[in-house]
Amino acid sequence: MMFLYDILIAPFIEFPFMRRALVGGIAVSIGAAPIGLFLMLRRMSLIGDAMAHAILPGAALGFLIGGISLGAMTIGGLAAGLGVALLAGLVARSTLVKEDMALAAFYLLSLATGVLILSGSGSNIDVLSLLFGSILALDNPTLLLIVSVSSLTLAALSLGYRGILMECLDPGFAAGVSRQGALFHFGFLVFVVLNLVAGFHALGTLLVVGIMMLPAGTARLWSDDIAKMLLIAMFSAMLANICGLILSYHLGLASGPAIILVAGLIYVGSLIVAPLGIVRRLLPQRHLEA
Amino acid sequence: MTRHKLAFRNLTLGYDRHPVVHHLEGVVEAGSLLAVIGPNGGGKSTLLKAIAGQIEPLGGTIDNSFASLAYMPQIGDLSRDFPVSVFDLALTGLCSQRGMFGRISRSERQRAEEAIGKVGLSGFEDRSIRTLSGGQLQRLLFARMMLQDAELILLDEPFAAIDQRTISDLLTIILNWHGEGRTILTVLHDFELVRRNFPLSLLVAREMIAWGPTPEVLTTDNLALARHMSEAFDQDAAFCERAA
Repeated sequence: MMFLYDILIAPFIEFPFMRRALVGGIAVSIGAAPIGLFLMLRRMSLIGDAMAHAILPGAALGFLIGGISLGAMTIGGLAAGLGVALLAGLVARSTLVKEDMALAAFYLLSLATGVLILSGSGSNIDVLSLLFGSILALDNPTLLLIVSVSSLTLAALSLGYRGILMECLDPGFAAGVSRQGALFHFGFLVFVVLNLVAGFHALGTLLVVGIMMLPAGTARLWSDDIAKMLLIAMFSAMLANICGLILSYHLGLASGPAIILVAGLIYVGSLIVAPLGIVRRLLPQRHLEA
Repeated sequence: MTRHKLAFRNLTLGYDRHPVVHHLEGVVEAGSLLAVIGPNGGGKSTLLKAIAGQIEPLGGTIDNSFASLAYMPQIGDLSRDFPVSVFDLALTGLCSQRGMFGRISRSERQRAEEAIGKVGLSGFEDRSIRTLSGGQLQRLLFARMMLQDAELILLDEPFAAIDQRTISDLLTIILNWHGEGRTILTVLHDFELVRRNFPLSLLVAREMIAWGPTPEVLTTDNLALARHMSEAFDQDAAFCERAA
């Protein structure tokens, strides 16, 4: 028992920074995983990645102006992300251009503008920490931001659950029965951005997409029921956070990548053994009477 | 009490300024069961889309005084591999009344149960929609429409690629709706079916060929004229000069 205690519990008892990382990681999981699930159901799995690229220049600009300041980087990231999301949503709803192309166009504009400004400034920004985060260095305000965004996300998703699902399931029908389609569409995009911005403090702008999408893919393989999929996505994201932190502590690995790798391994494992995965397809199964 | 109705006034519909239907004029009285017939590309679907408010007229107006409308497009947006059960998809019909936030009561769930029974899908409630056949899905969409409980119902080729038995089941549902006083516009290609079941017909082929009691519309002359009128798209067409 002591052996298990030493491996699983002791790191969090002994080191405050591990506890903060645990809380931050779990909070990010609770908010980002359901968002990722809805993105997947909308066939927008790669949108998280595009949005992360859109946020990066804003965060970097914030850093350039305010230094390592939670406020400046968050506001910069939010402004860039929301700008891109709203413009893309507007274009997708009012022209023949589909949402993925609209987002691709605006995130590339954002990225190019950001790189242009940064390369002109001559500043030596710690790009790696922006890209891959610093979950072991979360301070109180950052934790508060992450936890607030997760709580808000859960509240908003429970309120807008039906609307968001209807927009994914049958957008034409949803538009016919309700004029609030745009509200759910844009509201959802706003929460994608909020979670990416909150999450990038912990996992970085690129890796945060991993904790958003990998658990969603895992959930799809285990269930055909959305309520269950939501729970599976959240719990597999939390599991990845806990295991990733423990692994990184004992093996001296970088925490962010360790967490995403665990999430990825859970996905690959599910791909093989889950009810809707590969093995079940290959195994001969006796068919039923009807 | 004013009777609800649907009126087209000098209505021209189309895409990118090229009209599909020219200068349509007429009134659909409340409680009508109207078959919309005509060749492919003649403007039937376009007319339904315009009534449903999905496209703006190029000219003229549509006056719709019905309080509620349900529309079943020919090719819908429904994503068939979405993880949703038969029962839940039927329930989405209630969004017409309950919106995106309203609570769905026990009696409404009961109604959904009954609607699924009426379309012959009892026992399928918990199945995922991706496991349904085309005909079963069509039955389910009819159940959803029952729950929408709309005054005006638009059906765009509801019987395309559907077997005889399902057609006769779904037709019974349409006739029941008619009996309940709902107003129904249905796009169809089976003239026999129209003759036997639809009191009124509208024959369109890029413009109105005939509109009235089905026997007077479905004449050899009218159908020949409709065939002649079909699918004349001219990339460099001149502006339409007909009196507005």
